Amino acid sequence: MIQAILVFNNHGKPRLVRFYQRFPEEIQQQIVRETFHLVLKRDDNICNFLEGGSLIGGSDYKLIYRHYATLYFVFCVDSSESELGILDLIQVFVETLDKCFENVCELDLIFHMDKCNCWVIDEASRRKKREAQRHQQVHYILQEVVMGGMVLETNMNEIVAQIEAQNRLEKSEGGLSAAPARAVSAVKNINLPEIPRNINIGDLNIKVPNLSQFV
Amino acid sequence: MVVPSLKLQDLIEEIRGARTQAQEREVIQKECAHIRASFRDGDPMLRHRQLTKLFYVHMLGYPAHFGQMECLKLIASSRFTDKRVGYLGAMLLLDERHEAHLLITNSIKNDLSQGIQPVQGLALCTLSTMGSAEMCRDLATEVEKLLLQPSPYVRKKAILTAVHMIRKVPELSNVFLPPCAKLLHERHHGKAVGLPILCFSSVDKRIENWMGTPAYRRRVAHTHRHTRSRLSCPWPPPFTSPTLTPGILLGTITLITELCERSPEALRHFRKVVPQLAQILRTLVTTGCSTEHSISGVSDPFLQVQILRLLRILGRNHEESSETMNDLLAQVATNTDTSRNAGNAVLFETVLTIMDIRSAAGLRVLAVNILGRFLHNSDRNIRYVALTSLLRLVQSDHSAVQRHRPTVVECLQETDASLSRRALELSLALVNGSNVRAMMQELQAFLESCPPDLRADCASGILLAAERFAPTKRWHIDTILHVLTTAGTHVRDDAVANLTQLIGGAQELHAYSVRRLYNALAEDISQQPLVQVAAWCIGEYGDLLLEGNFEEIEPLQVDEEEVLALLEKVLQSHMSLPATRGYALTALMKLSTRLRGDNNRIRQVVSIYGSCLDMELQQRAVEYDTLFRKYDHMRKSEGHF
Repeated sequence: MIQAILVFNNHGKPRLVRFYQRFPEEIQQQIVRETFHLVLKRDDNICNFLEGGSLIGGSDYKLIYRHYATLYFVFCVDSSESELGILDLIQVFVETLDKCFENVCELDLIFHMDKCNCWVIDEASRRKKREAQRHQQVHYILQEVVMGGMVLETNMNEIVAQIEAQNRLEKSEGGLSAAPARAVSAVKNINLPEIPRNINIGDLNIKVPNLSQFV
Repeated sequence: MVVPSLKLQDLIEEIRGARTQAQEREVIQKECAHIRASFRDGDPMLRHRQLTKLFYVHMLGYPAHFGQMECLKLIASSRFTDKRVGYLGAMLLLDERHEAHLLITNSIKNDLSQGIQPVQGLALCTLSTMGSAEMCRDLATEVEKLLLQPSPYVRKKAILTAVHMIRKVPELSNVFLPPCAKLLHERHHGKAVGLPILCFSSVDKRIENWMGTPAYRRRVAHTHRHTRSRLSCPWPPPFTSPTLTPGILLGTITLITELCERSPEALRHFRKVVPQLAQILRTLVTTGCSTEHSISGVSDPFLQVQILRLLRILGRNHEESSETMNDLLAQVATNTDTSRNAGNAVLFETVLTIMDIRSAAGLRVLAVNILGRFLHNSDRNIRYVALTSLLRLVQSDHSAVQRHRPTVVECLQETDASLSRRALELSLALVNGSNVRAMMQELQAFLESCPPDLRADCASGILLAAERFAPTKRWHIDTILHVLTTAGTHVRDDAVANLTQLIGGAQELHAYSVRRLYNALAEDISQQPLVQVAAWCIGEYGDLLLEGNFEEIEPLQVDEEEVLALLEKVLQSHMSLPATRGYALTALMKLSTRLRGDNNRIRQVVSIYGSCLDMELQQRAVEYDTLFRKYDHMRKSEGHF
């Protein structure tokens, strides 16, 4: 069983933290820190397996990790999982993320917003918005690969298709919440002709509201 | 309505911009206040955005419990967007210890029975992550219904949820065993009848409809291209039935494994399906078709590994099942491509299965040889797994693993800490009566150069092995002495007691021991266990030390003054622990009867310690002093204490 999946950067800042075994919050943070320190000590050309730290469960557990440029992906598993299999699973997960976010550099960008400084403002703000949504997306993608600590699906296309279907569903609903914003911008763009301030029809005296605030 | 607080992307940027921990805390606290306010009176349509910010903050380690009730509200909402965020929140923020967690049971029930597929998927995912025992009991029937539903997406999730439920509430095994058996039977049925039934009957409208699709036609064409003859693969690859995907099969195997591990009747029941499992595995291994689930050319290695694991459980201690598997395992072991990681994963699992069931002798030899070959592999991960596997086998197949002892010992020299740790454990396990001298030499060499975190394990391992297999007492004493000098600070507390007992019991070695210990002590008084033993020994056998002639080691001329000076040095050294000082003081006292010279020096030292701050030492010193003063006349009549 997979006990926990942790992703953090080279400085130990967590980027994804998912536990499949209950630990109180303080212990969770301690585990992240301890794991980071254990993993940081490892050179790049030694094996990807580490005996687990004392907090996460003792001698039956090990940490299986992979280091991709600026990110560490660490899976904490017990002895019922195949070590080499988990290495492949990490690869599947990362490749799926890659596929969903178009290319790995953008994936990196979730966690390195400094890189977007060189771009034009519009471009930057659009990217920032996408990046913020991506933090949620990574969780949703992970949910399609590993569920309850067990491997659910390893076919990348299958996973990506599911995620895209769910995103489409969300977008179609999103139309409702975007409606007020769209209405406002639509009104702003109305080319209002000259309208009288008061309309007098017989006994009716209608005071036309001042729409200039929307323009 | 305008949201006064930050959007998530701006929040992330501000947090990153914070230069100190305090600054970051400030930003987050401000934002959490906004979030709390918006939960109270904010726009419900935008509630999910507030919660996503809270998740980010929670990940960084800040408290987020006030979001729990919001999660409940979002889950109860009818919008998919809300449910998605709400369920994620339930998984991240809620757990069994919070009473609130039971409140989502009703929402989950509704979603499972009436929701659309993605929503059912979310509910199942949440249940399998944080479902408590009560929740599992309440929702078992809902999950059971979903197991045999047409949608493969929901089915595979329901199967894994069932595994979680069985772990939480073992009695539910009875609920899930029948559908599980049905699943596998369905899959076998589907495969065996394959094309013929598709041609002759329209039993299943879905299959027929699917047959007309371009996807199916492509699959068949693909299969025919890759098989030697059309007849050898007359029907499409086994997993093209629209209801039984590899995902479902993977889940089913996991569920069966869980059931078999928990109940003997399930085990008996599922032994009957060993032939079917073997068939599935055989097809996976021999099929050249590159299915979508293949990784580096190996078809669905995850499924292969799961099946092998299940076969291991089914074949353990059962002759009949083991026999059915022999051929298959040989086939997998020889056919798997080992140039990539995926193939090696399957191969390792095969080896472990071979060793665990009642397999043929030839097969076992093959398995151990495969492991031996992997010990020489250049990839460190492979070497690590090989060492781990050998460690598992060393109890049951000791002689087979012994053959690889030289390679294992070489692995001790690895710079990689994980590998050398495994090599150490395995080396210690391989020590036996015949190789103990050679192994001890290697291990002692390792002890001198090994990394600090392995020292304690290495030292205690050597001492244990020495105790079990020591060929002679003298060799044993030498070994312990060497360990104490090299890694004295890392040995366990009882090492001192053990050694004193050992020396005390070996009368012929008293002189030898005391000499060696004296020499060791003279060189170094910092290693406390060594000092303690040496002090005790000098006290007991001081007369033998001074006698001066002993054949086997070079004669040592020691006079009384030197011995006393050494013990005093120990007493006064700041490195000595109180216990060590106790040993030294007692030793001095004992020497007062064994030495021929007068005891004034000893008496002086003892009386100094009469006013020592340490209670134990003070008490001893006072007692010894009393012996000197009041009972000195008894000294002549008594030879030794």
